[in-house]
Amino acid sequence: MLDVLASFGRKGLEAFERLGRGHLLFLQILAGITSLLPRPGLLVAQLHSIGVRTITIIVVSGLFVGMVLSLQGYYVLSQFAAEDSLGVMVAASLVRELGPVVTALLFAGRAGSALTAEIGLMKATEQLSGLEMMAVDPVRRILTPRFFAGFISMPLLAALFSAVGVIGGYFVGVGLLGVDEGAFWSQMQAKIDWDGDVINGVIKSLVFGVICTWIALFQGYDTLPTSTGVSRSTTRTVVHSALAVLVLDFVLTALMFGD
Amino acid sequence: MSIDPPLIKIRDLHFSRGDRVIFDGVDIDIPRGKVTAIMGPSGTGKTTLLKLIGGQLRPSQGTIEVDGLNVHALSRKALFKLRMRMGMLFQTGALLTDLTVYDNVAYPLREHTDLPESMIRRLVLMKLEAVGLRGARDLLPSALSGGMARRVALARAISLDPMMVMYDEPFTGQDPISMGVLAQLVRRLNDAVGLTSILVSHDVEETSAISDLVYVINGGKVIEQGTPGELANSSSASVRQFMSGLPDGPVGFHYDAPTLDEDLLSMRGAS
Repeated sequence: MLDVLASFGRKGLEAFERLGRGHLLFLQILAGITSLLPRPGLLVAQLHSIGVRTITIIVVSGLFVGMVLSLQGYYVLSQFAAEDSLGVMVAASLVRELGPVVTALLFAGRAGSALTAEIGLMKATEQLSGLEMMAVDPVRRILTPRFFAGFISMPLLAALFSAVGVIGGYFVGVGLLGVDEGAFWSQMQAKIDWDGDVINGVIKSLVFGVICTWIALFQGYDTLPTSTGVSRSTTRTVVHSALAVLVLDFVLTALMFGD
Repeated sequence: MSIDPPLIKIRDLHFSRGDRVIFDGVDIDIPRGKVTAIMGPSGTGKTTLLKLIGGQLRPSQGTIEVDGLNVHALSRKALFKLRMRMGMLFQTGALLTDLTVYDNVAYPLREHTDLPESMIRRLVLMKLEAVGLRGARDLLPSALSGGMARRVALARAISLDPMMVMYDEPFTGQDPISMGVLAQLVRRLNDAVGLTSILVSHDVEETSAISDLVYVINGGKVIEQGTPGELANSSSASVRQFMSGLPDGPVGFHYDAPTLDEDLLSMRGAS
């Protein structure tokens, strides 16, 4: 019985310790911006590998999510003879919720896991140690550019997801189901609010960008330098990111649209 | 004996990992311009020693001075400045896998100097020439053999013309040819450029052949020091066992265990 308690306590302490290390690393990463500014090339390279290479999955997913939304929305709305509001429904769901959330989940799966594996393997093969011995700070040189690339990419990817989703919804709603084209667009234009919907969506995806990239980088940097260690950290990145995104989404939604 | 003060002065070094004591009061002097070998059985913390010298780990007690500077009392900035004058060759090479051989060797130059690309090119080619791999400059590290990767890493370690190079097990897992190549390279570079070399290894023969001074570490202490010749005739049983590679002696073949009879007859653990 005592053993159980002791191991519980030990696990708890370890978790807190990890949390502390994670926050310290976060501060170090942020402090690294001073050495990133004079070398924008590092950031551009990471924007390409983290952002640009995630575009395909975002576009394809966005298209299908928009199409499904339109189908389901039409089914419900048509029961109340409100098909004309289909555009609003599709756009609002995408911009407020699905854009930021699904993008963050896909980002964690595609870019986050890759970041963790890359940095974990760099640690396991002593590349990070090697950098340190070459008097190069691996946090500033490796982690900081990746962090800001994730931070910048996420809202852009989410915007792309929403835009493509709206187009998908348009194809299905107007093209297949015969909703009036004018009503689809004009209602969307009239009802979607810049501050309330679009800006709030962007804020969400900025928060998710910080969280997902931070988790991925920390898991990689803090990994056990073995193959099991890297594989565990990669899994943890995806699981922790997904949970953090979903929980934070609820909190943010409650704060933004609560009253 | 040289009159110069030693380049590295280690005094009363203590270091533990968890409950395991790795160093228990170690004193080592590394003279300038010489090849000094640190030998000892696997798991005696030879690599740890290099990490302590490089400031990547912190001792629990004792000091390490490199060129008159106490490594663990330096600010981060000063430590990085000192590291620019230290080269380190990792066991695996630790090359950056997404850069070519050329870019790997150019990396420290690009990070720490504002030299024009034409000058960097000349320096990189010279360093690669020194390790015999000028022709491999466009390869990626994945296309290199283990021995070649270590030579590239060596070229990278000397690209900033450091005062010293630390070699972490440079001969482990090498075929006899690349072992010989590496050993000659270590010696030649040391003499030609006036480096100070610290060689951590358990390959007795190769290491003895090229070092001026040998320290043997075991059980957290320096158990013998001297020239390779002196060590070969050492009176200490553990040193003799290590130098001539005998399977049993003061360092036992068996990991601590109850006697075999006891273990076989015991019913514990039987299901």
